[in-house]
Amino acid sequence: MKSRKIGVLAFHGDVIEHIEVTQRAAKNLHIDIEVVSVRTKESLQNLDALIIPGGESTTLHKLCEREGMWEKMKKIKNIFGTCAGAIMLAKVIHHKTLGQKTLELMDIEIDRNAYGRQTESFDKDVKTSLGNIHAVFIRAPRIKRVGKEVKILARNEGETIACEQKIGNYYYLAACFHPELSSTLFHEYFIKKVYQM
Amino acid sequence: MDNKLGKNLAQMLKGGVIMDVVNAEHAKIAETAGAVAVMALERVPSDIRVAGGVARMSDPTKIKEIQKTVTIPVMAKCRIGHFVEAQVLESLEVDFVDESEVLTPADEEFHIDKTKFKGPFVCGCRDLGEALRRIAEGAAMIRTKGEAGTGNIVEAVKHIRAVNRGIDELKILLLQKLFKKMKEKAKEYRVSYNLVLQTAKLGRLPVVNFAAGGIATPADAALCMQLGVDGVFVGSGIFKSSDPAKRARAIVDATAHFNDSGKIAKASENLGEAMKGQEIATLETKMAARGI
Repeated sequence: MKSRKIGVLAFHGDVIEHIEVTQRAAKNLHIDIEVVSVRTKESLQNLDALIIPGGESTTLHKLCEREGMWEKMKKIKNIFGTCAGAIMLAKVIHHKTLGQKTLELMDIEIDRNAYGRQTESFDKDVKTSLGNIHAVFIRAPRIKRVGKEVKILARNEGETIACEQKIGNYYYLAACFHPELSSTLFHEYFIKKVYQM
Repeated sequence: MDNKLGKNLAQMLKGGVIMDVVNAEHAKIAETAGAVAVMALERVPSDIRVAGGVARMSDPTKIKEIQKTVTIPVMAKCRIGHFVEAQVLESLEVDFVDESEVLTPADEEFHIDKTKFKGPFVCGCRDLGEALRRIAEGAAMIRTKGEAGTGNIVEAVKHIRAVNRGIDELKILLLQKLFKKMKEKAKEYRVSYNLVLQTAKLGRLPVVNFAAGGIATPADAALCMQLGVDGVFVGSGIFKSSDPAKRARAIVDATAHFNDSGKIAKASENLGEAMKGQEIATLETKMAARGI
């Protein structure tokens, strides 16, 4: 059988946190997954899924483009993005910097740094359709609109903070907060989706 | 209060480059190059050295101008122990306050009690003891000091290695269950035993640690990364070079690909003149010796 492999985009951000929580999630689910750091076009090959961590979406976009991996990323079957990663998945972004692009894969509109600066960062316990989680919002983006095909997984004060979309064989999962900082809940869910468990 | 959210923001900056900028134009160049944050200050450290006199927090108009120009986090420096400058910076909603030895210290005895602030602080260190004292005071992020404004990497390397050595010592003490010796270490470092124990168990600093002070080339940045820091601050190294935009981008690329010598080589091509740099022995002021 072909071995399972999930990549974490590793240029910058909370990469180690995602790698560790993905490994723990796989262990909880009793399956073997090789979790690899992705920094080159070549390392995108043979991935079952890609995780895009928290960080600065402007920086992530630039480094991906400089590496010439942008188009190849769009062809990955399963992608999970948190915070900056969610921005990267969105069709439309507000408050982008000049020339900033996203992968334009999910039918959502997202507003960068929409809560304000670091003094407005916060954390709270939220209910999601996957279960309860302590959600950490760091200079977080806000999802302003979701398309009809997008399924909402969690809300905070009426606003979408986590959602998923399936388009044919492609699957995308996005969270405005950082599930990787508090539990394996979202990573287990993502792994189950990727391997249809 | 433990600034957990500040520590989390620092986690999001890992692997990135934070650049010193003095105005909106510099800030734009930094953002375009791929910086993960900018540090607003009145003069870059090498100019502070030339100007002499007392170096203080930036004019708030400059900070606001920079905040308006970029979407990445904006940090700013206050003097060591100058808690009112820190209050001012917090009221301006800077994303991180750097209580920095690059400015002239305001208090020779005490650092700022950082637990009283909502916004996070980053502080410099030369060794593990300094790092842990700053963390105990509430710093959410640490940077090794190096020697700012020199374009000379030697002090940065010394301080990174000193922190690493301190942590290795603690790891060995923990492994050999020499808890009494660990208590002595806590006393030597003037911090709680719990913090020492936590560091020993983690095998690293309990907060994110960047390198600073003397990084002038892509290879310098990658050197610090390979020595184990989480990211780099670049001060005078960019805007005192002949082609800041190109050098800034090259340093970002080398930091992201710090283990890939081919990519570091490519990033290092045709960058023009690096900042001139200075021998440490000839310096009039050693900034790193401030606030220990």
